[in-house]
Amino acid sequence: MLDNNQLLRFTTAGSVDDGKSTLIGRLLYDSKSIFEDQLEAIENTSKQKGHEGVDLALFTDGLRDEREQGITIDVAYRYFTTPKRKFIIADTPGHIQYTRNMVTGASTANAAIILVDARHGVIEQTKRHAFIASLLQIPHIIVCVNKMDLVDFKEEAYNKVITQFEEFSSKLLVKDVRFIPISALLGDNVVNRSENMHWYQGAPMLHTLETMHISSDINKVDARFPVQTVLRPQSEQYRDYRGYAGRVASGVFRKGDEVTVLPSGFTSKIKSIDVNEEELDEAFAPMSVSITLEDEIDISRGDMIARSNNKPEPRQDVEAMLCWLHNDPAKPRAKYTIRHTSNEQKAMIKEVIYKIDINTLNRKPEDIQLGMNDICKVKIRTTKPLLVDAYRENRTTGSFILVDESTNETVAAGMVV
Amino acid sequence: MSKYYLNYLDELESEAIYILREVWAQFQNPVILFSGGKDSIVVTHLAKKAFFPSKIPFALMHVDTGHNFPETIRFRDDLITSLGVRLIVGSVQESIDTGRVAEEKGKNATRNALQITTLLDAIEGNKVDCAIGGGRRDEEKARAKERFFSHRDDFGQWDPKNQRPELWNLFNGKHFEGEHFRAFPISNWTEMDVWNYIKRENIEIPSLYFAHEREVVWRNSSWIPNSEFLQLDGSEKIETKKIRFRTLGDITITGGIESDADTVEKIAQEVAAMRQTERGNRSDDKRSETAMEDRKKQGYF
Repeated sequence: MLDNNQLLRFTTAGSVDDGKSTLIGRLLYDSKSIFEDQLEAIENTSKQKGHEGVDLALFTDGLRDEREQGITIDVAYRYFTTPKRKFIIADTPGHIQYTRNMVTGASTANAAIILVDARHGVIEQTKRHAFIASLLQIPHIIVCVNKMDLVDFKEEAYNKVITQFEEFSSKLLVKDVRFIPISALLGDNVVNRSENMHWYQGAPMLHTLETMHISSDINKVDARFPVQTVLRPQSEQYRDYRGYAGRVASGVFRKGDEVTVLPSGFTSKIKSIDVNEEELDEAFAPMSVSITLEDEIDISRGDMIARSNNKPEPRQDVEAMLCWLHNDPAKPRAKYTIRHTSNEQKAMIKEVIYKIDINTLNRKPEDIQLGMNDICKVKIRTTKPLLVDAYRENRTTGSFILVDESTNETVAAGMVV
Repeated sequence: MSKYYLNYLDELESEAIYILREVWAQFQNPVILFSGGKDSIVVTHLAKKAFFPSKIPFALMHVDTGHNFPETIRFRDDLITSLGVRLIVGSVQESIDTGRVAEEKGKNATRNALQITTLLDAIEGNKVDCAIGGGRRDEEKARAKERFFSHRDDFGQWDPKNQRPELWNLFNGKHFEGEHFRAFPISNWTEMDVWNYIKRENIEIPSLYFAHEREVVWRNSSWIPNSEFLQLDGSEKIETKKIRFRTLGDITITGGIESDADTVEKIAQEVAAMRQTERGNRSDDKRSETAMEDRKKQGYF
């Protein structure tokens, strides 16, 4: 494997009926990412269950309840590597707590694979998947038109899905959508090019994932550095060292840059950028580094370093899309802990503006109850200003979670509008 | 292509460092669970990088089953000295002596399951609120569902069906008195990534990982090392083979593979060509289809 290979994270959306587990199994199997002892275990289980041949879908089963009930309960992560890239799959279940799980898997993904059954075309569920992918701003969407073998590999069926999908996706904010006709069961256009669909000129799925341009998926323009912790070594050699440790959220920082520390507003210059014993000239997202400044300024966890000519706006009132993730519904005007980058504050949901019906994508201003899996536009007020950017422009400084203080549970995920 | 992108190893490293710093910021008394195996060695190396030029701000916690490879203990002690960090040892022998647990009987007896009690006692006794482990999601199917920040109730138990959602890079380590967290900074690494990283960073690892001559016995499809704890049945015989270990656990359950790989480069090549998962040689995972899940729910590593 080449040392400059990139890491691509993708999420798969679809239910068991769409052949999602079969697709992942096929991808792992044909890319030779499955080990012999895993294959043997699956062969045994397939036999016990009375399946003919190897049921590739069994590769994605994890927990005891999932194996017993034949369903996926929670997001599972799978890994495979090709000579071109390393891949992380966030395999999100189709049935239970669907929205919660897909939102979780989508939050870090470069790409989403949306499965459509060629026989049924675009259905409500497809729209739901595409909506969540656009809400979470997944940079690339691949619509896999599956089960082409069941429509005799006919181009018309594939074209129909494209037309249907484009009709409603024009209302969504998606940047890059591709379509691939596949048969996960038989392997057509998954890893290997299909012999049955010569009319399709594009690349198979794996090749698409291996070659799509992902370097621009992270914002490299607006330099933002949330401080995680301050490094003050006790040793003689580094007595005066005061390093601000964190991960570059977006943009690029260079030695000598004029920076402003927020919320205090003090300005200084970057003296050094360090990783371990190495000093760097620049750091870009998503690098973890330690930054030292020319001047002694009081900085602590939760503060943000930004370039002086490009800073986030401190805001105490934030409009956001909120996805509710917990069984307990939102309590009106209750206080929650809000976690945004390395910052933590108290927050209150001041107003629910509307709820989105994720099946029709219609806004429902009259329905303002926030329960599990609901997606709403809300107004939030915090005790102190947050240093936010719009989620559309910055997935790191535009996102936050809400934590219920009485249970310590993560109850909501938010995206700043 | 833009020059502003990280390769996969740099990205994994950056993610792990971020998580280690997040643990330090969110918890009062975190420790690194150190087994002497390559994964916990890599986590320790990452912790060194995450806090340099400060020292690693965590103690290392070792659950000592008494069934160790002597090489592992020597390696552990040398590492502690060179890093200048504190070592906490939880002793399974002590748990047995004080009647907290009872030793398993028979040829296949191990102290693997007994570690759970010792580990939880050590966590509670030392008021640890976060134990950092080298667990990876690619290791085992129950681990594939594990969070970076994984909650444990006041009995130390994991509830896989009721985990906190983890979105973006926002981690919620809030907990009540008596509960604790496990944190897994290298969740997204595969065995291959670990070896490529060890090679790239030139990280020192115990000699057991390299091919060497050793007295072994063929059991459960792997070479189990001879030791004072080994009980032979009539049909088994001790042989000398050139082997190495892919994972390190107790000397009683860790099976070796025949190999000539005596450098990290050769090991990385060998791992790349492997057709068996690394835990395939661990008899603790072979006890049942959900052996790992069952142990993890109780509080295992």
